[in-house]
Amino acid sequence: MAARARLCSMLALAALVRQVTGVKNFEDVRCKCICPPYKDQPGHIFNKNVSQKDCDCLHVVESMPVSGPDVEAYCLRCECKYEERSSVTIKVTVIIYLSILGLLLLYMVYLTLAEPILKRRLFGHSQLIQSDEDIGDHQPFANAHDVLARSRSRANVLNKVEYAQQRWKLQVQEQRKSVFDRHVVLS
Amino acid sequence: MASPWLGQQSLGSEAVAMNNKGFRRGSFQGSTSDEDMVEIAGRALDFSITDDDPPLDREMLGGFSLYNGGGMNGTSQMMDFLEEPLPGVGTYEDFNTIDWVREKSRDRDRHREIASKSKESTWALIHSVSDAFSGWLLMLLIGLLAGSLAGLIDISAHWMTDLKEGLCLSGFWFNHEHCCWNSNETTFEDRDKCPEWESWSQLIIGHGEGAFAYILNYFMYVLWALVFSLLAVLLVRGFAPYACGSGIPEIKTILSGFIIRGYLGKWTLIIKTVTLVLAVSSGLSLGKEGPLVHVACCCGNILCHLFTKYRKNEAKRREVLSAAAAAGVSVAFGAPIGGVLFSLEEVSYYFPLKTLWRSFFAALVAAFTLRSINPFGNSRLVLFYVEFHTPWHLLELVPFILLGIFGGLWGSFFIRSNIAWCRRRKTTKLGKYPVLEVLVVTAITAVLAFPNEYTRMSTSELISELFNDCGLLDFSKLCEYVNDFNSTTGDVLPDRAAGPGVYTAMWQLALALILKVFITIFTFGMKVPSGLFIPSMAVGAIVGRLLGVGMEQLAYYHHDWTIFSGWCSQGADCITPGLYAMVGAAACLGGVTRMTVSLVVIMFELTGGLEYIVPLMAAAMTSKWVADAIGREGIYDAHIRLNGYPFLEAKEEFSHKTLAMDVMRPRRNDPVLTVITQDSMMVEDVEAIINETTYSGYPVVVSRESQRLVGFVLRRDLIISIENARKKQDGIVSTSIIYFTDHSPPLPPSSPSMLKLRSILDLSPFTVTDQTPMEIVVDIFRKLGLRQCLVTHNGKLLGIITKKDVLKHIAQMANQDPDSILFN
Repeated sequence: MAARARLCSMLALAALVRQVTGVKNFEDVRCKCICPPYKDQPGHIFNKNVSQKDCDCLHVVESMPVSGPDVEAYCLRCECKYEERSSVTIKVTVIIYLSILGLLLLYMVYLTLAEPILKRRLFGHSQLIQSDEDIGDHQPFANAHDVLARSRSRANVLNKVEYAQQRWKLQVQEQRKSVFDRHVVLS
Repeated sequence: MASPWLGQQSLGSEAVAMNNKGFRRGSFQGSTSDEDMVEIAGRALDFSITDDDPPLDREMLGGFSLYNGGGMNGTSQMMDFLEEPLPGVGTYEDFNTIDWVREKSRDRDRHREIASKSKESTWALIHSVSDAFSGWLLMLLIGLLAGSLAGLIDISAHWMTDLKEGLCLSGFWFNHEHCCWNSNETTFEDRDKCPEWESWSQLIIGHGEGAFAYILNYFMYVLWALVFSLLAVLLVRGFAPYACGSGIPEIKTILSGFIIRGYLGKWTLIIKTVTLVLAVSSGLSLGKEGPLVHVACCCGNILCHLFTKYRKNEAKRREVLSAAAAAGVSVAFGAPIGGVLFSLEEVSYYFPLKTLWRSFFAALVAAFTLRSINPFGNSRLVLFYVEFHTPWHLLELVPFILLGIFGGLWGSFFIRSNIAWCRRRKTTKLGKYPVLEVLVVTAITAVLAFPNEYTRMSTSELISELFNDCGLLDFSKLCEYVNDFNSTTGDVLPDRAAGPGVYTAMWQLALALILKVFITIFTFGMKVPSGLFIPSMAVGAIVGRLLGVGMEQLAYYHHDWTIFSGWCSQGADCITPGLYAMVGAAACLGGVTRMTVSLVVIMFELTGGLEYIVPLMAAAMTSKWVADAIGREGIYDAHIRLNGYPFLEAKEEFSHKTLAMDVMRPRRNDPVLTVITQDSMMVEDVEAIINETTYSGYPVVVSRESQRLVGFVLRRDLIISIENARKKQDGIVSTSIIYFTDHSPPLPPSSPSMLKLRSILDLSPFTVTDQTPMEIVVDIFRKLGLRQCLVTHNGKLLGIITKKDVLKHIAQMANQDPDSILFN
């Protein structure tokens, strides 16, 4: 279920990004001409918003630094390239990234600081979390009991969320133990 | 850390003892190291914790009977409760190897079922067509998702890297280059300066010149680098510890049949994406190609859950993961063919030809998606695309081979030192302070990198600049040659004398080289996502460019020497330092990873032409030979061995003359093989065996006297079935007889009802005789993907060989430490 939600949001992101690239901002196209030093003239870079067929030295360079017959020689050395970008894509992507990062940081702060305080206030709300010492106590058959019991459906949504969160926390704890503490995986 | 559960074992006491080196020895019959599982998986068999579990709800109970290739629901035998498979039967524990044979045969059964039903109704026909089509749809989705995520990572990393230096006033989301995109103020000399982009000193104190401004910029650079890496390591530690490191060694192991639950899950995906951007932006000497492969495989794994065909079958899922890995490399380098070859050569274990075409499709879709997002604004997929096509001369093969030798030497040096450092991190107190370690390394990198402009810029930009062939239009320090305009003939720019800028650039590059060579050793393997393609390419590119400029100046000043006079006269453009940089990058990358075909294909897809194939191949081959002469393993295999994963190397030949009976368990002095009889054991006997031993499976024999083999039953399946029977089935008590035969054994009517467990018995276990040479046994394990193999003598069951025994034996024969194999 959560996987599907995640997939949907990823696909929405992809669709949004692609839709956004279709919108061409007026400022997002340019013809960039780089002209190297010529005789006593220093090098110049010229930018202009022209279409692709007009992207050459004669259209882009407005005030020609040389005059007369030198213009052709000057323009021959220039290299003009047509470039386009999508500033909307960049804006949307950076803002999406920063919001994801911000949400994760907020959640981390909540988990480390706020939740223990809330749990202490709502005393005994959930008995699902088990301490580390209990983990090794279970017999294999008792665990199988847990597995088969899972097929019961849980009516209460809040219970479901709570249960999922506890399960996830335990999983992260186990991963952390094997990676950071015992260095078994991913040294 | 002995848990109370282990204290109840009487047999298998060897399994509990740990030897001095801190490695764990598995129990002697080659079972899973269950004590690992107790702590790693939380509870030994708490399936509810795992991420990738098959769904344990009711709809699967119905579907499963199709896939278990047997349970016909219409049979009318009594006590047939367990014909319908239970949830959990047929799945695997964490940190265990899958049974390839079983998975493949399950898939064939499923396919047969669908094919035979398709003739019945139109709906079934549509179902069979959509089943065949689902693989292609899955590849399409994987390509789209991987491409989108790669675009997100590229754009964000590009922006955040420049955040260390300043901010764009006309829109904070623009990086330096895009901020000055529309500006008319850029000059030929100072292409980067424009009024919209302000460095931190300009923002804080108002001007950007002077010593104080420099110190302020320095300070802000280091501060941002520390902030980014701190966030990265905290997120990794807090949400997804599996997201650290490169990921390729673990993916290699997973693709060979190992299970690491949660390694390819959604939290790992999110955290890896977010922290990869942070790690790259913090200026650390790492790349994003390896982690992109991990990200793509996570996408593949998550999308597999949409399709029943792939969700339930571990072998088919690994085919999809191979294709996803190809898509990952494809978006990292903009090289779809190189990606497929990388997946084939480096990452995958079993690569059926059908996967080749699908991998290519996925890689192409991913590359196309990334291109349409256009992260670099010029329809290029990678920052360091090469566009020159100047020819090279045969005599230049000598410096190319020299570059290859350097690549091989550096590769072996890097592998040895990195493994030594990682081992130290694993075993000593250094490993207890991961956050501090990341901060210290970032601080050192940032402090040393800022003064030198070639280390201050991001490594991809450095490589791009080094690959660039200098023309008249370039004005960087590296291109400051002495231009003699009178001798310019048309477009060809001859070899020119180096100006003072080039000399400055040379010694700055040399300093950058020293920094990168040493700091990468400590960076790869830290608890943030880190790849090593880009740092290796950077090292090689710097050395190549130095050599290239040296050759160019040598040819310019001494064009009358015999070696140059033939082809490099004055005024000719003969030496291209950019090409040397490219060849150097390929050599170093090959020396570290020992890639062959995929490396050359990736490099020539980057250059867009076949002109440079010969120099690239020469350098790649030389570097691989030199590196193999010093040490046999590439970096990923070395990390696999360091972590003790049960990876059976497919490329090495086993050439010793041992026999199966030398390797099998039990050995001479060990207790007899623990077996289950087919119809004479009670439930409590079986439970006692399960509680006392930690083996992951038990052979089933006709009787203890005859020891004739019936089949093999897995521990997990036994536990679930017995537990379920005690609950759901009437009359099952501890003294009920368990039978594996088709018909129940004759017993007096007063005895309690019997438990039939034939459905969980594997009736066709692989057997070899005790005189089979180990060469053949190793080949069988490799080719069929076995987990265990029974050994018979004159038709009677004698012992068992597991994959762990095989790995230990290979390690022993190669004089390595056989106790370093941790998992089964």
